[in-house]
Amino acid sequence: MKLRYLFPVLLILSFTSLFVGVSDIRPWELFQLTEDQAEIMRISRIPRLISIIIAGVGMSVIGLIMQQLTRNKFVSPTTAGTTDSASLGVLMAMIIIPGASPLVKIVIAFAFAMAGTLVMIRIMERLRYRDPILVALVGLMFGSIVGSATTFLALKYNLMQSVGSWLNGDFSSILKGRYEMLYISIPLILLAYLFADRFTIAGMGESFAVNLGLNYRQVMRIGLAIVALVSAVILLTVGSLPFLGLIIPNLVSLYKGDHLRSSLAHTALLGAIFVLGCDILGRIVIYPFEVPIGLVVGVLGSGIFLYLLLRRRAAHD
Amino acid sequence: MIEVRGLSKRYGGGQGIHDISLTIAKGAVTSFIGPNGAGKSTLLSLISRLIPMDEGQVQIAGADVSKADSRGLARVISILKQSNQLNVKLKVGELVEFGRFPHSSGRLSAEDHRSVDEAIRYMELEELRGKFIDQLSGGQRQRAFIAMVLAQDTDYILLDEPLNNLDLKHSVQMMKVLRRLTDELGKTIVLVLHDINFAAAYSDSIVALKEGRVIRHGSVDDMMDPVVLKEIYDIDIPVHNVDGRKVCLYFR
Amino acid sequence: MTDKRKLLILAIVVIALIAVFMTIHSYGNWDYILPRRSKKIAAMLLTGMAISVSTVVFQTLTNNKILTPSLIGLDSLYLLLQTAIVFMLGADTLTAMSKNVQFFLSAAVMIPFCGVLYKLLFLRKDGRAIYFLLLVGIICGSFFSSISSFLQMLLDPNEFLVVQDKMFASFNNVNSEVMVLATAIAVLSALYFCKDLKYLDVMALGREHAVNLGVPYDRITKRLLVFVALLVSVSTALVGPITFLGFLVSNVAYRLMSSFRSAVVLPAASLISFAALIGGQLIAERVFTFSTSLSVILNFAGGLYFLYLLLKEERT
Repeated sequence: MKLRYLFPVLLILSFTSLFVGVSDIRPWELFQLTEDQAEIMRISRIPRLISIIIAGVGMSVIGLIMQQLTRNKFVSPTTAGTTDSASLGVLMAMIIIPGASPLVKIVIAFAFAMAGTLVMIRIMERLRYRDPILVALVGLMFGSIVGSATTFLALKYNLMQSVGSWLNGDFSSILKGRYEMLYISIPLILLAYLFADRFTIAGMGESFAVNLGLNYRQVMRIGLAIVALVSAVILLTVGSLPFLGLIIPNLVSLYKGDHLRSSLAHTALLGAIFVLGCDILGRIVIYPFEVPIGLVVGVLGSGIFLYLLLRRRAAHD
Repeated sequence: MIEVRGLSKRYGGGQGIHDISLTIAKGAVTSFIGPNGAGKSTLLSLISRLIPMDEGQVQIAGADVSKADSRGLARVISILKQSNQLNVKLKVGELVEFGRFPHSSGRLSAEDHRSVDEAIRYMELEELRGKFIDQLSGGQRQRAFIAMVLAQDTDYILLDEPLNNLDLKHSVQMMKVLRRLTDELGKTIVLVLHDINFAAAYSDSIVALKEGRVIRHGSVDDMMDPVVLKEIYDIDIPVHNVDGRKVCLYFR
Repeated sequence: MTDKRKLLILAIVVIALIAVFMTIHSYGNWDYILPRRSKKIAAMLLTGMAISVSTVVFQTLTNNKILTPSLIGLDSLYLLLQTAIVFMLGADTLTAMSKNVQFFLSAAVMIPFCGVLYKLLFLRKDGRAIYFLLLVGIICGSFFSSISSFLQMLLDPNEFLVVQDKMFASFNNVNSEVMVLATAIAVLSALYFCKDLKYLDVMALGREHAVNLGVPYDRITKRLLVFVALLVSVSTALVGPITFLGFLVSNVAYRLMSSFRSAVVLPAASLISFAALIGGQLIAERVFTFSTSLSVILNFAGGLYFLYLLLKEERT
């Protein structure tokens, strides 16, 4: 697959996405929209498209960064405790500062996500020479411990169902004025691109990185901060998008190899395409109702991940 | 006697071993040599049923390895691989006692205890007997595992690079012990060795593998020959006579 | 202290806890209290035993001490089943449904699921497939949870409360018929598989050593995994999911006992889990006055211990 194939696909899907929905807007009406139609475009359809693209790009890219930094293909924000820690943070914000502004929530969620990811990285360093699948399993257990703390608190403050609903990724509530925080992730993704080579080197291990004159700790911290912040922002605006950060980088590395600089753009584009595709699917499958994106991504994602796993094993034997 | 016929095991990328037939004499020390990736360890694992074969047959003392009862086999043949990481906290004595499992299923008789004591004495581990395995140095650990195999008291003993982790003194001791096991007790020993000189000094015959096939099999005298060695390793290795023994000088 | 003496002390602690549990705040209502409380105790003993034995066996098979069998997605499957019943048939149906039917339904869904999962393992000849199996199990687990959380969003808050109750293990309303049934399944499977347990010590050395010592490793692994699945299914269907209890008690047992032998570790882990369950229940009932469920406390304690072990240990 080449970039020049991915771009048109993204464009076509984006265009389609704008014209799928309960109120009919036909593509040929694009230049003679009625007042109402223009309003729908402005308030709902375009913000939705933008947030889908940012979320898809963001989750896939930070998944890739995490896999590079840990040298483990089975690690991603949703499977190694980052997202779980961020949601614990959101819950804490809701409990401690009722009616906290989104910005405050983001800051607290970010702090929790960062702390959780740091703990996870420390655990992984101790398990460095073990089976990568075992390391991934430990990550999942870590995630579920943090999750059990969230459950405990949510239970105590009677917030279980609302936690459940905002954790499950959903684009249908994206409206103008409620998604703009996502823009924070754009400069972060650009930063990731600048640091790509350094992440690749840091992933080789501390001694390797220091040998090449790299400030290992600093690169690690920058990488993890990007991961934590993007996770927190996406969690708060869209919700959790399971498996995305896991499967997109793995799919790309199948045909593109593991050098971050060359695979980053592919990962970003494929991530956006995948989420757009899932979103359109979710919108038409039980039309006029909507299947939340978290569920579509979860179902398709787990299927694809299983396929990747089985394939990987077949190649090994 | 170990009889290998038409043995194959394929891995991805053309690796593995291909159609090996081989007879290993009883009551002798046989060494496998060859470059990295030649399939020495794979062959050893196949002979000892650690990994299933794709094709072929292995017979040990008349019993077909892939069909015979595993527990019965464990009283005839033992194998020790190179990497021996343990996840349980175990004392040296307890590890060696495991060697008696095929004979006793865990309940040790007086005779079992005698074999354990003997194996520990053979490997000079008396003082380390009460120590935990993870407190030992690499060499000590290697000896403890070999003691377990000795306690198993099988006629056939397969060792994958037993000199790994051992210093010179312990390497020589190890090879002498193995030699004695053959000379005094009539055991059949098969080794994977990296150092040709060790192989030459203690083996009765040498099997050379390359790219998954047996390319030479002969006595030490036949194998310690610059032409043969060149064929195996693709470098020129001069062979000298030192005190009536053939020694390779492969250093430069 | 010898292991024997440690086991004895643990047994005494458990008996003392049982005595306290049976008699505390009785106010003389013996006729009412004794049968109720002994039913709870019986459920805790059965669950504690099932969870600790299954975890120790599972950790031996997977050759590490940081995993638990509930990772394979059974908890999520159980929850999905409960959610689906409420969603499709309504909360009243779940509440009214006979406990026997519920137990059978849960077991009937979970055991075949394990069967399918293990099929993957049976297909392969090498024992290393076990991590792979776990990963597949987890993926299925998160697949189940995404469906349940979607369904849960659609429930009205009252119905959701019914589901929420099911999310946490509870010993408060265990039915005695179901108890008998669960005990029967557990005992029968224990009898059937006990001859495989003697291999456990040798299998702890790892596959290569075990095969060398004549253990039919792959066959025994598969058989014991079936045993583990049966035990986990029975205990989950009986009281609900307790994810981290097994991890907690097995690791305390490894640390406490000087021998690694299963003849020592299995009883030790079981006794510790009895103590944890009964003690935890006492705390939940008397200190938190039922406001916090036992499984939440145990999950949290187990989770913290997990982190502690991974971060503090020199080598894990």
